[in-house]
Parts: sequence; structure tokens; C-alpha cells
Amino acid sequence: MVEANLTSPREADVPREADHPRDSAIAYFGADKPLKLDAGVSLSPFQIAYKTYGTLNADRSNAVLVCHALTGDQHVANVHPVTKKSGWWETMVGPGKPIDTDRYFVICPNVVGGCMGTTGPASANPATGKPWGLEFPVITIRDMVRAQAMLLDHLGIETLFAVVGGSMGGMQVLQWAASYPQRVFSVLPIACATRHSAQNIAFHEVGRQAIMADPEWRGGRYFLEGTDPRRGLAVARMGAHITYLSDAALHRKFGRKFQDRENPSFSFDADFEVESYLRHQGSSFVDRFDANSYLYLTRAMDYFDLAADCDGVLANAFKGTPTRFCVISFTSDWLFPTAESRAIVHALNASSARVSFAEIVTDKGHDAFLLEEPELFGIVRGFLDGARKARGLVSSSLGGKS
Amino acid sequence: MSSNLTVAHIERNASGARVDLVLVADMVERGAKVLDVGCGDGELLRLLGETRDVDGRGIELSREGVNECVAKGLAVIQGDADTDLADYPDDAFDYVILSQTLQATRHPRVVLEHMLRIGRRAVVSFPNFGHWQVRLQLLFAGHMPQTDILPYSWYDTPNIHHCTIKDFRQLCEATGVKMEKAVALNAWGSPLRLNAPWWFWNLFGEQAVFLLSRQD
Repeated sequence: MVEANLTSPREADVPREADHPRDSAIAYFGADKPLKLDAGVSLSPFQIAYKTYGTLNADRSNAVLVCHALTGDQHVANVHPVTKKSGWWETMVGPGKPIDTDRYFVICPNVVGGCMGTTGPASANPATGKPWGLEFPVITIRDMVRAQAMLLDHLGIETLFAVVGGSMGGMQVLQWAASYPQRVFSVLPIACATRHSAQNIAFHEVGRQAIMADPEWRGGRYFLEGTDPRRGLAVARMGAHITYLSDAALHRKFGRKFQDRENPSFSFDADFEVESYLRHQGSSFVDRFDANSYLYLTRAMDYFDLAADCDGVLANAFKGTPTRFCVISFTSDWLFPTAESRAIVHALNASSARVSFAEIVTDKGHDAFLLEEPELFGIVRGFLDGARKARGLVSSSLGGKS
Repeated sequence: MSSNLTVAHIERNASGARVDLVLVADMVERGAKVLDVGCGDGELLRLLGETRDVDGRGIELSREGVNECVAKGLAVIQGDADTDLADYPDDAFDYVILSQTLQATRHPRVVLEHMLRIGRRAVVSFPNFGHWQVRLQLLFAGHMPQTDILPYSWYDTPNIHHCTIKDFRQLCEATGVKMEKAVALNAWGSPLRLNAPWWFWNLFGEQAVFLLSRQD
């Protein structure tokens, strides 16, 4: 069984954050600007919560869009208002960092379907005034990107200098390149794929079933019924978290070490450090994430298949693209293995696209893209520097350190 | 730090550029679209970008070489000349370059054919195994030759398909490839006389650079 602390009553943080995000900018799209969804319906009205860092230059050419992963959010490089922890990509984004906010105007929106201020299942349904729950339409990666394009229109930014993201963020990056090739000068899809594999869909299904099996989930109506599917969401997170790490990294970090004891307790307590760690991951996750949102976002990833949108020929997704690509994978990532990135590169070569591809040696697994990986930083920095020169951004008003 | 994997020591000119790379670069038209197969640490791509203003791409087998290139802002992917050229469409490039890499490929003829399918022209440079130093080592010392530009022992060399200038000319004839230009360098990195006969090049050229095109 999961530890008792997972059953403690939640604070009202998540629903409030879903409608009134702290420390975020909000773009509101009224009835005149509906978001047309792949599911065949429109979402309207809706809002996007986002963060920006740095300054937009005079000719609006230095904007970089950062796309977050499944459980990420817009707080890429600032203290998170719920967890009080530092931003999820502070090693990558900031003054003097590879995505240098002294040079670039960085925008990071919360995705549609998320729970940190952009409209999602935890947001209030304007028709009822109550949280959407499962009434919320199913969304896709393409819907997320379409909404982001509307945000850019709203901000008056025609073209992006770069779109960057890992995992589900990388899927959005690829969708950007496929949907809006003229609006993106360069893209960095990291640790991702052009489609979700059967294995990945299977892992997601286990997570969703864990949530749905929690009696407190109540068919997604937990906000209305005053319950909280913490246990289910925590188990989903625990399972997923294993897929983000490698066997070697888990073993190096925990081995078979016991947690606060010398000998096994001959019970189902968290005897092993790795169990204790996973329980902590689960319980801290539920404090900042909405269970229904987890269902919707995992679904969006499952549905992602860029080639299927182009008669099964991936190369057609990038035909004649003017965009510069830098594809990056990690040797120990078994969730999005290098072979998936190589498939992207092959398709790009077949389209004569300008592509760089680097595989980074690490034993940190899929999560490596979020961690301290000097080689990753060097490659991102070098690629962006090269693109910046090609874009003629070197002598921009902000380029003080060229 | 990755250097060129197949050749260790090559003469440099006054501005520090490798003489063989300068020769290759001189064969490429300004502003062309170029694929460098086996681009190492990207020195040729950098030179081509700086001196010929080309739109350059690279393929490199070693991960270190690739990551170094990408960090320099070059468009380089990790890949294998023997297997990955097949993925490129016809006529994608103006030039496909194989610099000091031919002898390290498994199927030199297939690679050459792909190069002239993908690109209108090809530039190939390689160490000449017919050079007199090489011949003398085998003839008198009786062991596999080791020279400045062929520094490896026979048991750990990446160079599995050595050829002479004469051999390469025969390959070009056999595959119906047109030789537009050829230059041979002596051991001090200076070009041999243009009007010298082929046997002279084959004996005194330490390395050779060929500009090739499809037979009309």
C-alpha cells in the first residue's frame, strides 16, 4: 500500500491555479477567437497562462518558444508558485545560459489541457461555472501548437527564432516545424519521437487506469464531489517516473539500500530507498497536478503521429522546410530511444532539410534533458549561436556579447 | 577532442589550414550546397563556410566528432557513409565531398556511386598507397607501411580499402565517372607538376584530390 500521507486532504491550490494562475501572464481568447480542435469541436472561450523572460527586440526576431513536457508548466526559469522550487529548466534558460535571456525573448506557455492556468479539465467550464472534468474535449499535440500560434499572434510575434522542448515538448516542437514551417527559423526537438510507440501508450494506459481505479476519482467529478484521487495520481506518477530513469541510474542512486533501517522489516513498509523515493515523487506530484489533466495530456501524446497526418510518409511532414533542425537524443533513454530520433533525421534528410543530430552519452535516461548535462548545453548553445548568425541576430540591439 | 580519424599528420599552410582541405575547398564553387561525408571535427566545413560561403552539411561516424561540430554551429549528423547515403534523395547537393575517408569505407564503389547520385559533382581525396615510401617499406622492410599520413598499425587501422591513384582512376572508369580535375600533393604538401605523367603522380604523390562529375 501507498503511505498514509497520500490521503491527506489537498489544499484548494490546483483548481485555483487552473483558473487564476499565480505569477503568470494570461492571454484570454473570447468567443470571437475559438480554438478549433482536432476532435472536431471548438474550445471557446479559453485562456493561456504563460511566462516570458528577456526582452523582445525592435524587429521582433529574437523570440524563443519553450515547450514543456507532460508534467511541466510555464515556470521554466522562476520559482514555482506552488512547489516553491526553482524552475524546471533553470540550467538551460536564463541570463548567460544556453538559451540566453540576455539575447532572446523566451516565451513558455502552459499547454491546453494543462492545470496551471491554461484552460484544461480543472478549469471552470464557462457554461456551468464548475470544473470541466471529463466534459473537457480531448486535445492533441496539434491543438496545443495551434493555441500557441494564437498566443504568438496575440503577442504580435510573426516568426520565432527557435522552438525548443524535450519529450512531449519535443513533440510540440516537431508539430511546430510541420504546421508552421514559415514561422520557425530553427527547432530543437530533444528526447522525443514523431509518434508514440505501443510501449509508451501502454505505460500511459497503466497510469490512467491507476487514476481511474481510485474510488475518489468519481468518473472525473472529484471537484464536484469533494473527493481527491491522490492515490491514483501518485501511483501513475510513480510508474511513469521509472520510465524516465535508466536501470543504471536507479541502481547507482539507490542500489538495494535500505531506508532508515539496517534490516528488512518483513512488512510492506518502504524498506528500500528506491521505494521511499518513488513514494515521495508520487506524493509531491499530486500537490501540483490535476488527475484529469494527467489523463488528457497522456492521451494527447498517445494520439501523436506526425507521419499519419501525411499519408504515412514522414518526410512529407517536412517537405521543402526552410527550418534548421537540431535533433538530440540520449544513449540511455529507453522511453524515446535514439532510433526514434534517427527516424526524424532520415525523414529530414529525405526532405533535404538542414539538420544536425547529436546523441549524448549518459546513463541518466529520458530525464537527462532536464539534468546537468554539459554536452547538451554545449550543443544547444552552439546550434543557437550558428542559427543566430544565419538569422542576422548577431548585431541586434540585445547582442551585447557577440 | 576529435581529429580526423583516418589521417593523423598533414601539412598546414601559412594560415594554419590543412593543405589538402584547401585544395578540396578550391574545387568547390562559391555559394554551393555541399555534403561532407566523414567530416571529422568539421574543419573542412568551417573552411568552406568561411572561404567559399557554402551551405554545408556533414555526416560523421564518431559521436565525439558530431557533437563537436554541432556545438560549433555546423549542420552535422551522426551517421555512416556505407549505410546512410542511401537515405538522401537524388540531386540534393551541388557537391558531395569524401575527404580522406574513401579508404575507410566498406564499399568504396557504392559510396562513390551514391555521391554522384546525391550530388552533381563529387570531390574525393585519399592517401595514395602507391607512393614510393609506401612501396619501399613493403618491398625492403617487409612490413605494412606506416607514414606520417598513414600512422596506424595494420591491426588497428580504420583504413580497410587502401588504393593508389592508378586504382582510383580505374574505379572511375569502371563506374563511368568523369574526372574533371585532379591534383596530387608530394610529401611536403606541394602540388606535383600538372603535366607530369600519371605514373609519376602515382609514385610521388603522397595524396590526391579528384573533382568528379557524372558522365554526360
